[in-house]
Amino acid sequence: MTTTAERPQLSPGATSLDTTVVTSWKAPIAFGIFTLIALGLAVFAPRAGDTTYRWSQESDVIQVPDLVVPAQQALWAVVALLAVATLSSILRVRSKRRIPLWLVVVFAILFMFGFLTWAGAGSSLPMIGLLFGSLSLAVPLIFGSLAGVIGERAGVVNIAIEGQLLAGAFTAAVVASVTGQPWLGLIAAMVAGMLVGMVLAVFSIKYFVDQIIVGVVLNVLVTGLTSFFFSQVLAPNAATLNTPPRFDRFPIPLLGDIPIIGPVFFRQTVIVYLMYIAVALVFFGLFYTRWGLRLRAVGEHPQAADTVGINVNRTRFWNVALAGAIAGLGGTFYTIGSGIAFNKEMTAGAGFIALAAVIFGQWDPIKATLAALLFGFASNLQNTLSVIGSPVPSEFMLMLPYVVTIFAVAGFVGRSRAPAADGKPYIKS
Amino acid sequence: MKLELRGITKRFGSLVANDHIDLTVEAGEIHALLGENGAGKSTLMNVLYGLYQADDGEVLLDDEVQHFAGPGDAMAAGIGMVHQHFMLIPVFTVAENVMLGNESTKALGRLDLAAARAKVAEISSRFGFHVDPDTLVEDLPVGVQQRVEIIKALSRDARVLVFDEPTAVLTPQETDELMGMMRQLKESGTSIVFITHKLREVREVADRITVIRLGKVVGEAAPTASNAELASLMVGRAVELTVQKQEPTLGDDALVVEHLTVVDPIGQLVVNDVGFTVRRGEILAVAGVQGNGQTELTEALLGLQHRVQGSIMLDGTELIGERVRTVLESGVGFVPEDRNEDGLVGEFTIAENLMLDRSEAPPFVRFGNLQRGALADFARKMVEEFDIRTQGIDEYVQNLSGGNQQKVVLARELSRDLRLLVAAQPTRGVDVGSIEFIHKRIVAARDAGVPVVVVSTELDEVAALADRIMVMYRGRIVGIVPGDTPRDVLGLMMAGETPAEGAAA
Repeated sequence: MTTTAERPQLSPGATSLDTTVVTSWKAPIAFGIFTLIALGLAVFAPRAGDTTYRWSQESDVIQVPDLVVPAQQALWAVVALLAVATLSSILRVRSKRRIPLWLVVVFAILFMFGFLTWAGAGSSLPMIGLLFGSLSLAVPLIFGSLAGVIGERAGVVNIAIEGQLLAGAFTAAVVASVTGQPWLGLIAAMVAGMLVGMVLAVFSIKYFVDQIIVGVVLNVLVTGLTSFFFSQVLAPNAATLNTPPRFDRFPIPLLGDIPIIGPVFFRQTVIVYLMYIAVALVFFGLFYTRWGLRLRAVGEHPQAADTVGINVNRTRFWNVALAGAIAGLGGTFYTIGSGIAFNKEMTAGAGFIALAAVIFGQWDPIKATLAALLFGFASNLQNTLSVIGSPVPSEFMLMLPYVVTIFAVAGFVGRSRAPAADGKPYIKS
Repeated sequence: MKLELRGITKRFGSLVANDHIDLTVEAGEIHALLGENGAGKSTLMNVLYGLYQADDGEVLLDDEVQHFAGPGDAMAAGIGMVHQHFMLIPVFTVAENVMLGNESTKALGRLDLAAARAKVAEISSRFGFHVDPDTLVEDLPVGVQQRVEIIKALSRDARVLVFDEPTAVLTPQETDELMGMMRQLKESGTSIVFITHKLREVREVADRITVIRLGKVVGEAAPTASNAELASLMVGRAVELTVQKQEPTLGDDALVVEHLTVVDPIGQLVVNDVGFTVRRGEILAVAGVQGNGQTELTEALLGLQHRVQGSIMLDGTELIGERVRTVLESGVGFVPEDRNEDGLVGEFTIAENLMLDRSEAPPFVRFGNLQRGALADFARKMVEEFDIRTQGIDEYVQNLSGGNQQKVVLARELSRDLRLLVAAQPTRGVDVGSIEFIHKRIVAARDAGVPVVVVSTELDEVAALADRIMVMYRGRIVGIVPGDTPRDVLGLMMAGETPAEGAAA
């Protein structure tokens, strides 16, 4: 009657199914669009002159020579290379092969090089300043995304990062102004962030209120409170309450003298150095310690954690509180980290970009940090280009970090896997 | 260790899940706890394990009263549990799962993975398991995952081990191996509580049997008791364990599936080049361990899967690429695997659920308006015909028992003019009385000339219903064999071994 079609020998011990590649035209289409943009710049807005990439500052001990490229020729070369990459991605998808990550990275760097060369034609690009600023702007994003990673790995979506950053910035400014001690401001900021985290934890873990709603409400609450205190209390008494001292830049000897790397990474403030330590600690802790094992267990399969005697809700509570403290620390960048007085809503959505970095970084502290750096770069590009007088309207450049966020999250969200119990309250019967 | 439960009572609202249950398990004994789905077996064990707090009664170990505030206390006292739904974290390795909650650390608080690996290896070799401590649990077959659960319990020096429906996910061969392990554990002095609703297993391995029904202990039995005796104790009345059915009257080929392939979002071929034919008046049973592509196959038949290649011809019409509505209108009846997820809306009444897939046209809807009268008449008729035990047609479906819920689904599907019936796990979570009824209705549909595809992981059900049996393994067809194929042959096929006499039937 019926026979099965011819069938290769089955091996009973094998654990995986046969697979095929699910082809997606996302990458070739995106490549094509960016290639056309580059082509459009070359054809419709040609720029004469050379672009100078400056890799050293005058004060540096070791000077790296400038890189000078003729703008129009370089742009055409980039367009040609981009076209080759696009073509190869089309061929790969058609022959059912995956687009390797390195191709995406090379494509992005090429495009960026082409764009910078075009935008900077006739002037010189301070690369150290561009990268240094990118890192600085990424600092609150990185602290925020660490807070996000910890919260979500434990199973609580931390939408309140924005509020925690803002609370940290506000508290740091006030405490540091009053005491004159930036370190006290830093500690106060952590406490403030932790308190916001604890409110989130109590409502979402103990009372099972929807985590997203509590988070959003907290953001609104913190924005409202800090704005109120700013206009009613801080503004009239700015000299005593809102003149925070700043952490000075502290170049690390030797490391700070390395060409390019030194000035970018090792002539920063103590908050940036704390950020390096925090990233390393969270990474190590998450994957190599008991704390991390239990934290991840609670976020993946809370019931399994419960059956081996781990108190799920207590674990979640303290980790959400810890995440709040880390985000609060990130908030100090805005005030005592930069020596700027507190201002209304000065975090400007950084908490949400940090949240995007968490997803883009696939809930991994290192990858989330890299994602945050990318967003920092996108933000700082605008500053640099407006200084050298680029032809791109600054409003357009201001959009850039958000555009990068949307594309990054849309492009990657399907490929990564969130912790299985992320956002779900653990209700014991 | 001797375990004693005295007068355990546990209520959930007005429902009494455990009503003064007494149970004694002697050291080195395998004690089977037999009962239907929903009889209260799992609740009782969750009380024992500290997951639930009993409203009344006490737990004694070696005659000492215990107070368990949580599973941690129960484990410390020497109780281990192999859960029905494994309590393992899929993205952790075996060693990480075994050490979780009981971690030893090195300097700087680093996890001592080497110690955990050594422990896994030591217990594995003691019981002849073959488990690699560094594999991710999600990459292991379910049989091995269960061993990880056992290792996890033993690594905490469990001396009372509870197995909660351990065979539900296993092939018959794996079940036999599990029985062997249980005997071995018993030899080493471990007391075992074995929870199940499968009579055959109980008689094979248990030293003593306690039967519970509706939350109460209804009797004890010796392993020598017959299946019929155990079944009537369990259900409370005499039950027919086999389905009476005539030889099939075969008609033309109705459903012809060729080279059907279903790809999941990450590119795995969950159904891999499957081809079969079902004739009118025939039941084709699809057997296999859960998760070998049966779910995706039934969903593909209904048009619920997206990445599908090949051909599904029903009475000469291609169904692939059609919308679900078109497939339904062409006469396909579908009993989904998970009725609460895909088959019913719990907050709707019985009547409303009965018209879920008929909301487009008369008699139930005219000019966009519900015809309440027509619906009520129809619903009353169905409740009567399908023996749905309920207060009335306006009862919410979520308040019905599993068996009655399934009858609502079946009534809806069978009351249409069917040209194909696809029933996935038609009796999962259904009481024995309803199983009888559902099986009879499926056989009646087949006798009326409807081609039927039944997917089941229970070999008893497959044997009771099938005219032919198709066994699936890792998305492929291992073979299609006659309905009276012996259990052990099917068991081997479910583990992926092609039967010696060839795949044709």
